[in-house]
Amino acid sequence: MKIKAVMEKTMSCLFFICGMVTIAAVITISVYMVLSGIPAIKEVGLSEFLLGQVWKSTAAEPQFGILPFILTSVYGTLGACLIGVPVGIMTAVFLAKIASTRVAATVNTAVELLAGIPSVVYGLIGMIVLVPAIMQLFQLKNGTSLLAAIIVLAVMILPSIISVSRTALMAVPKEYEEASYALGATKMETIFKVSIPAAKSGIAAGIVLGIGRAIGEAMAVMMVAGNVANMPGLFKSVTFLTTAIAKEMSYASGLQKQALYSIALVLFIFIMIINVILNAVLKRGDKR
Amino acid sequence: MKNRLSAKRRAYGTILKGFILLCAGITVMLLAILIGFIFYRGLGNITWELLTTARSALKNTIGILPNILYTLYIILTTLVIALPVGIGAAIYLNEYAANKRFVRVIEFATETLTGIPSIIYGLVGYLFFCQKLGLGSSILAGSLTLVIMTLPTIVRTTQEALKTVPDSYREGAVALGATKWYMIRTIILPSSLDGVVGGAILSIGRIVGESAALIFTAGTGYALVTHYLQALGTSGGSLSVALYVYAFEQGEFDVGFAIASILIIIVLIINFMTKFVKRKLKKV
Amino acid sequence: MKKMIGLITVFVIALTLLAGCNSSPQTSSPGTTPPNTTAPKLSGTISTNGSTSMEKVVASLIEAFKAENPDVTITYDATGSGSGITAATEGTADIGLSSRNLKDSETGLDATIIALDGIAMIVNNTNVVDNLTIEQIAGLFTGEITNWSQVGGADAPVAVIGREAGSGTRDGFESIIGVTEECIYDQELTSTGAVITAVSSNQYAIGYASLSAVSSEVKSVTVEGVQCTEDTILDGTYAIQRPFVMVTSSSKELSAAAKAFIEFALSDEATEIIANAGAVQAR
Repeated sequence: MKIKAVMEKTMSCLFFICGMVTIAAVITISVYMVLSGIPAIKEVGLSEFLLGQVWKSTAAEPQFGILPFILTSVYGTLGACLIGVPVGIMTAVFLAKIASTRVAATVNTAVELLAGIPSVVYGLIGMIVLVPAIMQLFQLKNGTSLLAAIIVLAVMILPSIISVSRTALMAVPKEYEEASYALGATKMETIFKVSIPAAKSGIAAGIVLGIGRAIGEAMAVMMVAGNVANMPGLFKSVTFLTTAIAKEMSYASGLQKQALYSIALVLFIFIMIINVILNAVLKRGDKR
Repeated sequence: MKNRLSAKRRAYGTILKGFILLCAGITVMLLAILIGFIFYRGLGNITWELLTTARSALKNTIGILPNILYTLYIILTTLVIALPVGIGAAIYLNEYAANKRFVRVIEFATETLTGIPSIIYGLVGYLFFCQKLGLGSSILAGSLTLVIMTLPTIVRTTQEALKTVPDSYREGAVALGATKWYMIRTIILPSSLDGVVGGAILSIGRIVGESAALIFTAGTGYALVTHYLQALGTSGGSLSVALYVYAFEQGEFDVGFAIASILIIIVLIINFMTKFVKRKLKKV
Repeated sequence: MKKMIGLITVFVIALTLLAGCNSSPQTSSPGTTPPNTTAPKLSGTISTNGSTSMEKVVASLIEAFKAENPDVTITYDATGSGSGITAATEGTADIGLSSRNLKDSETGLDATIIALDGIAMIVNNTNVVDNLTIEQIAGLFTGEITNWSQVGGADAPVAVIGREAGSGTRDGFESIIGVTEECIYDQELTSTGAVITAVSSNQYAIGYASLSAVSSEVKSVTVEGVQCTEDTILDGTYAIQRPFVMVTSSSKELSAAAKAFIEFALSDEATEIIANAGAVQAR
């Protein structure tokens, strides 16, 4: 009997420790990010860092302005959403409201497959197909560009938006739609004026999820964006917050290294803000 | 009673329906073109030599056997650590924790971990595991980083699975005099097996597809190491990392597409297995 | 539960079998050379890290060395010269690989030059330009010359492809041509191979890459009338060249295997291997 009691206590302790690990991980990461990222910001100066337009980390007189990276990440994400959100929501509508069960199942499998494809594969296709195509189509001297990155990102965030929006749309109470039909609305009118507004918070959650993915993507973008620290332009080679870190991380030292940590901190804060928005949006949706 | 819609409403309906079908069509076509192109350029390059040899500079051949092995090593190491910890955490959250707020804090922590981009995991993993703990560029460092990355997935899926176990099971067990751990071990875990295995398979998918976090922690090495314990301390590139190195850094596109094809086949298998497991192991 | 245990057991057994199939190498404590009356058998793991330009040379050396010393495992991470030097300094790699000389600020390190390599100026195969002077190269890379017609080519814009800031190739190129910190790039890539790929797929491109990596995919133009070959590097007539360096930490004791590897790279055996890989052994 004693052994059993000891076993019980041990197991419950073990489980408690496991639960703590997740919290410990988050705290460790946050602490590391903040501790490593603050020094460079202090040295360079917050406004010079965030708003400076020139990034020359290895020059004799280094400059650490990350505005080009911030703007590129913002524009890139916005561009990706501009393309990805309409296509994604419409596809979700198709899956939830229009398609027959068999067609929906097939398209759903396709979406799940898209979600599972590794980002380097997207980067590979972007590099081989998209970049030369952009160069040809727009008569540019160089195809790697913000545009290429936007297209790749748009395709990558599609699955997230589709699956979450689809779930949200399917969760709309049937009574809403039936009431709409009873009042004489057509199917399209019901979808766009009743179902979608009712699934608003779920769809918003899907969009925020997509935004998170787009802002955090590094490898695929690195293969198609050109990686030059320019102020963003649709057809110029650009560097994102993520690729700035990836490009210089392994050989950086001293202030340059700390500046990279600071970029990571900025990125981290961006993501945190997006997460907080997500939680607020979801909570509001639950209250309805 | 004739119900004719106004021309405006009819146009509205047709245009929107057309738009919806167009978008859905784009999504499906996108996938078809993506996979079609990759298989077209890649399947033909999957040779026996590619799969069973290592890269030879002297003979000028490329083989990805080391990378396949490294991927397996990473999956094994990550799951061996992450599964027990993740399942343990989920059990704690669902069965033991009394304080609701505390549970929410842990759940918030888990949600946060999910949203962090893999490049930050790579950076923190590099700083903490490779430099601070002195592991250097190694499979072990990479696996530890991935443990933290996949923990949320495992915790969440296990939690979902645990929640589907009816409370009547628990009440019945307690009524019969079972202790908590005994009840978990013999009744609850077996009932939620499908969710747990599903979570594990999902994590395997994430691990296979991961590149940014692994490049900076596990490295890009391609030396053939067959002894597992030795491999833990060596720098090794997984399949996704190998794709990046061969295609982007060396311009070997044929090899790149071959690896991409293999990766897609793996994703297909994983997706299929998730559904299969859900069906087979579900104990109603 | 039983199924999972079963699956895991099978997996573990399979892996152990796989491992057991081969001669089990020693554990990864480098430098364990058991006392022997015959030639000492080297074992352990050597980690090398750094220059992407040295890829072919190092890979060939590793393979040849491993053929003679099968118990040694040598890994190579292609991360760029800057990373290699940092790795050697911080001790995360046994040998750092750099395609440039160490800077004055990089202290606490020993540099062993194992080969000389040329930096080829490459253009797309469709480009009609055959020769460039150093002045023209400087103009192209700093943005003063923006059209190929200004250097004898077609009427087309110039796309400048280069490397990331920590690259030894970039450092060598920029310092010899004299355009440090003045280059305006259209793309900054992280490896020599990537530059070659980019130039081969863009008709307007010009870039620089290690001679050892250059293939028929791109065209290597003559610089001041001199073609970039092993011979012109050796006798110094090709201006744009730099050393391949193995960097080790002065304070950390090198394992016997690592020492042997560096000696191997400097030995006569390695001359042909290095030549086949496209560089010239330093004498």
